Amino acid sequence: MSRRDGLIVGGGLLIGVIAGLLVYFGNPQNMGFCIACFLRDIAGGLGLHRAGVVQYLRPEIPGLVLGATLAALIGHEFKSKGGSGTLVRFLLGILMMIGALVFLGCPLRMLLRLGGGDLNAVVGLLGFIVGIAVGVWFLKGGYNLGRAQNGSAVAAWIMPLLSVVIVLLVILKPVFNADAGGPIFFSAEGPGSMFAPIAISLAAGLIVGFIAQRARLCLSGGFRDFALTKDTYLLKGYGAIFVGVLVVNLILGYFTLGFADQPIAHTDGIWNFLGMTLVGLAAILAGGCPLRQLVMSGQGDTDGGVTVLGMVAGAAIAHNFGMASSAAGPTYYGIIAVIIGLIICTCIGWACREA
Amino acid sequence: MSDVVDARGLSCPLPVLKAKEAIEKGEEKIEVLVDNNTALENITRMAENKGFTVESQQNADGDWQIFISR
Repeated sequence: MSRRDGLIVGGGLLIGVIAGLLVYFGNPQNMGFCIACFLRDIAGGLGLHRAGVVQYLRPEIPGLVLGATLAALIGHEFKSKGGSGTLVRFLLGILMMIGALVFLGCPLRMLLRLGGGDLNAVVGLLGFIVGIAVGVWFLKGGYNLGRAQNGSAVAAWIMPLLSVVIVLLVILKPVFNADAGGPIFFSAEGPGSMFAPIAISLAAGLIVGFIAQRARLCLSGGFRDFALTKDTYLLKGYGAIFVGVLVVNLILGYFTLGFADQPIAHTDGIWNFLGMTLVGLAAILAGGCPLRQLVMSGQGDTDGGVTVLGMVAGAAIAHNFGMASSAAGPTYYGIIAVIIGLIICTCIGWACREA
Repeated sequence: MSDVVDARGLSCPLPVLKAKEAIEKGEEKIEVLVDNNTALENITRMAENKGFTVESQQNADGDWQIFISR
């Protein structure tokens, strides 16, 4: 095994183990680490949506961004870049989040759900692959959002510094208005009320961000690269994360095989499938999965930063417009949103072609 | 016959895709310009898997020149 393969396999295993252990320390089951869910909780923690059960400033997310920043600084890869299809990327971030909240998880959580025995995630995985295949078809047709330009140091540091602010807010828990609540909010019940101690969450985020930056981990990139160049490098990361979390789940007794009664999941196959199709397609058009976007935002890539902010906006939209699924299944508005999202992505993939 | 592919500033996976297109056009010597290590690694892996020799050097501005040859 080459050194690079060792990095993606070892790193993937470690990320899977960390995600499993975070459940032991208090995070919701099969949700030790989820980019979409945790950005959604942060949106709620900042009061951007009013779904009371999913409000918490998850330290894993800013930790991940800062871990990537650290790895990029050490590797001399921290570089201010951006300006490629900025608002298109913001929109793709929104759509990626809506798809993920209809399925109930980003590609990372999809792997964690698989490793917990949740067979609905198999359906999600198939949908994800279909979305990636459509995206690859657009790539082969000349899809391109244009070149990013070198930017200012100020721009590069906005997302890392924003991450520091989020960490300070969750540690200091400031109260500006005792009657109305705020500026930050905490769930009293539901998934948002289940969390690991702050120090553990933050450390987990830092480690995962550091590894993901070094290994170039991208969960939409695996199938994409295999389809384009038969390259299996990133696919090894998928397998390793799955194995890592599976082993921890088996040891800790979190593994339950089946479709019904899985933690924070629903059994509607069509919308598990199409929700992840939307995530896969939007991720290919945006140049990376939600996790990869966070990592890029940490290494000075402001296009990644804009996509992350799009995901935060998407979370607020998804909950305020009643599009996010629950254990009971997808909502009417969620179904409509996924259909519209797929149409919008198709239009973007078709319209943004090189001459 | 040699070809220069400028892939600086392009999102994943366009740098590797453009390098692959150049190889598949039958070019024997290709120079690819990229601005990040991820693209450098992806292109190196792709070209080496196709049996090409790959050399690279970093410029003063941090960009990479990748030389692919048969």
